[in-house]
Amino acid sequence: MFDTALTLNDLLFLAQGAGMTLAVTAVSVTVGTILGILFGVLRFQFGPIWFAPLTFLLDIFRSVPLLIQLVLGNALQSILKLGWGPFTTSCAVLSLYTAAYCTEIVRGSMESVPMTTRRAARSLGMTWGQDMREIVAPLSLRIALPSWIGLTLGVMKDSALVLWLGLIELLRASQILVTRLQEPLFILLICGAIYFLLSFPIARLGGHLEKRWSPHD
Amino acid sequence: MIEIRNVRKSFGPLEVLKGIDLTVDKGEVVSIIGGSGSGKSTLLTCINGLEPINAGSIRIDGIEVHAKSTNLDKLRRKVGIVFQQWNAFPHLTVIENVMLAPRKVLGLSRREAEEIAVRQLGHVGLADKLKVYPSRLSGGQQQRMAIARALAMSPEYMLFDEVTSALDPMLVGEVLDTLRMLASEGMTMICVTHEMKFAREVSDRVAFFHQGVMAEIAPPAELFDAPKRPETQKFLAATH
Repeated sequence: MFDTALTLNDLLFLAQGAGMTLAVTAVSVTVGTILGILFGVLRFQFGPIWFAPLTFLLDIFRSVPLLIQLVLGNALQSILKLGWGPFTTSCAVLSLYTAAYCTEIVRGSMESVPMTTRRAARSLGMTWGQDMREIVAPLSLRIALPSWIGLTLGVMKDSALVLWLGLIELLRASQILVTRLQEPLFILLICGAIYFLLSFPIARLGGHLEKRWSPHD
Repeated sequence: MIEIRNVRKSFGPLEVLKGIDLTVDKGEVVSIIGGSGSGKSTLLTCINGLEPINAGSIRIDGIEVHAKSTNLDKLRRKVGIVFQQWNAFPHLTVIENVMLAPRKVLGLSRREAEEIAVRQLGHVGLADKLKVYPSRLSGGQQQRMAIARALAMSPEYMLFDEVTSALDPMLVGEVLDTLRMLASEGMTMICVTHEMKFAREVSDRVAFFHQGVMAEIAPPAELFDAPKRPETQKFLAATH
């Protein structure tokens, strides 16, 4: 098994792929989270009826397989002559995909803040904005965090699908090496290990924050 | 002075307040007793502007609570309210719970807010719990913290909505002692309560609510010992 044709250059090639995975994930999770918070707060504030059209749209992003979204998204950008490259297209689709899930996480966690606690804040003379910032935001953040970490890790692995648009991210880089070197098990093992190394710190960070924020001293 | 005039309030088809008239003077302690669903708690949330009213008016020091032009956030600084469920902010320590509103609403510095919080928490007997989180406190301690939190805004009026109803019987005494202390200090208070003994002791007047109507209001000796209305007699007989 250790008699391999894999060279240092090939490992660098994999590392570049991992860099692409990280870049796509970072952009999509950042944009998706910002949109998700925006949509989630609007949905929470205006209620399900006013928000129904957007809920429906987000449901589509949550229900249609990501691969189909990527292919359709790519077709759409070329029909509209947006001139987006694969990176931009991938990030746009993945951002909306992330936003769709994030909206539900934000809404659910905000709804879990007891009305009576918010009422207590308002009764002290705090404004709606102060109640949101000082009470709802910190409390719902604690509730949302585990789901949000899960979403981020999920998006990182789902981002492998952008290889269909021609981006050479970690999985695609591994495939290329497998085709050339014919050592699938060894290379996929390395690929899996890199995914693990990318995910593990995020998962640990989540665990750490959860512990720090738990309302017990 | 709190002036309540012919206040009506409905939740959907259910009318819970059917024309309430009540005036509470500065320094007065008024207790409201009555069965559940009689509208007592609703009246408190209306006084504080947390619930809109359907008719009538509530004025606090001449300011119409439910007028569109009234800044409720500002008015609520004058009127503290403590609920049956104490509603601690679980992510903040005891002292931070009390400091939050003075800092954010009154714009005080951290040091000023801390000073107030230490004083008020000492006042309600929680001086040794400043840095702990509410989850480490008993129900009675949390309720006293909620009282300190309201007092930290230096309100001129305090509304207490069945503040001992959710407490273990062993813990009721400490919270009632805190209320007694406030009353003796001259705080203007409206207490919705089921503690008849407490109502008799601290109140200047006791009001009996029955099905959305204030059936009777009188000084405690009169209301408890010689109730005029049959509903009051029936209620008091049932609770004794």
